[in-house]
Amino acid sequence: MNRGRLSQAVLARAGWAALIAALMVAPWLFYPLFLVKVLCYAMFACAFNLLLGTCGLMSFGHAAFFGAAAYIAGHAAKVWGLPFEAALLCAVAGASLLGAVFGYISIRRQGIYFAMITLALAQLTYFLALQLPFTHAEDGLTGIPRGKVLGLLSLDNNVVLYYTTAVIFLAAFGLVHVILNSTFGQVVRAVRDNETRAVSLGFEVNRFKLLAFTLSAAIAGLAGANKAIAFKLATLVDVHWSTSGNVVLMTLLGGLGTLFGPVAGAVIFVTLENYLADSGLPVQLVIGAIFIGCILLFRRGVVGEIEHLLKR
Amino acid sequence: MAEPAVLQIDGLHGFYGESHVLHGLSLEVSPGEVVAIIGRNGAGKTTTMRAIMGLLERRTGSIKVKGQETIAALPETIARLGVGFVPEERGIYASLDVTENLLLPPKLGEGGTSLDELYRLFPNLRERRRSQGTRLSGGEQQMLAIARVLRTGADLFLLDEPTEGLAPVIVEQICTVIEGMKNKGLTVVLVEQNFHVASQLADRHYVMEHGRIVDVIARGELDAKLDRVKSLLGI
Amino acid sequence: MNAQVILGQLLVGLINGSFYAMMSLGLAIVFGLLGIANIAQGAFYMMGAFFSWMLLRWLGAGYFPALILVPLIVGAIGMVIERLLLRRIYRLDHMYGLLLTFGILTFIQGLFVWLFATAGRPYPVPAELRGGFDLGFMFMPTYRAWVVAASLTFCLATWLVIEKTPLGRTLRAATENPSLTRAFGVNVPALMTFGFGVGVALAGAAGLLAAPIYSVSPLMGGDLVIVVFAVVVIGGMGSILGSIVTSLTLGVLEGLARVVYPQGANMVIFVIMIAVLLVRPAGLFGRQP
Repeated sequence: MNRGRLSQAVLARAGWAALIAALMVAPWLFYPLFLVKVLCYAMFACAFNLLLGTCGLMSFGHAAFFGAAAYIAGHAAKVWGLPFEAALLCAVAGASLLGAVFGYISIRRQGIYFAMITLALAQLTYFLALQLPFTHAEDGLTGIPRGKVLGLLSLDNNVVLYYTTAVIFLAAFGLVHVILNSTFGQVVRAVRDNETRAVSLGFEVNRFKLLAFTLSAAIAGLAGANKAIAFKLATLVDVHWSTSGNVVLMTLLGGLGTLFGPVAGAVIFVTLENYLADSGLPVQLVIGAIFIGCILLFRRGVVGEIEHLLKR
Repeated sequence: MAEPAVLQIDGLHGFYGESHVLHGLSLEVSPGEVVAIIGRNGAGKTTTMRAIMGLLERRTGSIKVKGQETIAALPETIARLGVGFVPEERGIYASLDVTENLLLPPKLGEGGTSLDELYRLFPNLRERRRSQGTRLSGGEQQMLAIARVLRTGADLFLLDEPTEGLAPVIVEQICTVIEGMKNKGLTVVLVEQNFHVASQLADRHYVMEHGRIVDVIARGELDAKLDRVKSLLGI
Repeated sequence: MNAQVILGQLLVGLINGSFYAMMSLGLAIVFGLLGIANIAQGAFYMMGAFFSWMLLRWLGAGYFPALILVPLIVGAIGMVIERLLLRRIYRLDHMYGLLLTFGILTFIQGLFVWLFATAGRPYPVPAELRGGFDLGFMFMPTYRAWVVAASLTFCLATWLVIEKTPLGRTLRAATENPSLTRAFGVNVPALMTFGFGVGVALAGAAGLLAAPIYSVSPLMGGDLVIVVFAVVVIGGMGSILGSIVTSLTLGVLEGLARVVYPQGANMVIFVIMIAVLLVRPAGLFGRQP
């Protein structure tokens, strides 16, 4: 057991080092805008994975928070003229509120029923987005200004945008890491593993779950807001169930419940999506096939497989 | 042994996940015999029954039912060789009424007891035939569990703790039923905690402890070995 | 707000409710027997509509032959999918079932979008069912009356088979205690394949019934199945009659909402789901926690 924990710690440290190095070097090797997209989805996947890793709850409606935040950030930046940081803050606040409300409703059930409820709530959000005037329905919210970071550097420079996003990503990722390893994280995991015991020990089970859910929604919101401002666009696709499905697939590909899995998954997914869009192959068809293949043959995901190999 | 064994187990090892529960069990049952498996709680008696029935996830060794190797067979295949199973928990279906419970197990061969005959043997079941299966008392559920496999025409029966938790009057009734099966020439493997019942019915007793057979006692030898048996059973 | 409008919307609501009933019945059978939340039910619904269209377009086979052929074809495809794909994940956590069927939904929808693009194709109301009749208080289009009657017939027939026949008895037993049922000699794995086929055939039949009303598009099943999931959360999956009643009621309520607040009609069922969850977390009829 000690060897296992040691190799996990080594792996984590190696992973962090590799991640930071990669983040610093990446814009010399890849298009910054592509990297920004990867990082936004990586945050999104980390948020989803946070809920899964702590509470064992798999949300099929995380697009609700991602998309709602995209719209809020877009509206704040474009219509209210708020600076970049303020727009992000508004969006995260909005996503957190939505998360708290949706969490309160969904947490009453577990497993399959929980997933169904999150799916339904996200669909409700989709229909709201369709109706509310400020989202401009099918046209979407376009022309979102990027503004300046810290009031100094213009985000219209893609490299500046990239490094800003990278910092935001590292903060979010670090937060997820801390939560997963913290007392809070351990408690919630204990709750997941043996809820009756935890309740009998006096833990306010539902309060922990709700907090985890809200945090997960907040980080998903951060990702959505960042994406909207970076790409100057918030659309109905951001709140659609296919986006909820995509974040699940990303995390699955990378490794459900692992720390770096969501990041790896986001890299693979965004690369794949770009390639497919260019090649003219049917995107949804291929994604569906990969989903099926993953469940049947590759459940551990990339990082999961690596961890498994190292444990031997 | 003139006739080939109806049930022959050789070196059976059984596992629940990582847990090694049966350690090289061997036993043999001839046609028409009533054989009891006795032993303390946790000795592995129910596990053995489940292994015979193909319900234990991992088993190695050899189990032959009527000469056919079934160590890797599916439960439905094993049942169709003519095996009737009455599990420890009785397994009465809540979503079926009494009649449906009776009719559920498919016919496995000729010579099964007819529905009318079963209602004659177990009048309580006829009375309650439209009741939901689990509304019956413990004793009635046990009767139902036995009755429904009698209908199938099976000739090898696995009865797991048929008298557990039942009042003495009901226990007597069940003993009568099992004796009736014996008289018909059916083969019965009986797991029994109740030593009195086992000794009354069985031709031979296999004593189990920690997943192994530790002794075989024929009917005639019981008196002689009584003290040993009692200490093994902890009574 | 005249009575004609209200009654018209109630009828539409009843129709939608009938579709919800067939879909949720199929979901319940699959969930009970296989332990899988089959979100791909939406894809089978869509395929039902598409195969009807194909039968008409390419083979000249009309509505009534389709009524028999389409459920059979969809059911057969379902059985193949169960044997090849679903069977491999039964021993895993229930969530993998939902994940896999989600992948299947995405794949099938993607396939049909690729082959047929997203635009809806019309499917004509069969000649025998055109027109309508005057009830006095409203005009009843024949096809719509037919849809409600046919759906209810499918549902009640399914209920009859499950509750009153030997096959249904075996299905109920296998749903409650699969391993014991196998120990009696029943080929439960084959039964599960068959059950899945029946469950998705119901969706396919609903797709055929819907085709003349909603036109045929690869995207038609995705949004529908999510609503049906909400219906199932509200009514639970334990009781067949409960599912039917819940579905019809919710359909009608949705129709009423469409009268009062048309833009919000789509959301009504989700709002009701939220209300039910806050008051009765286990759902109205269901036994699941």
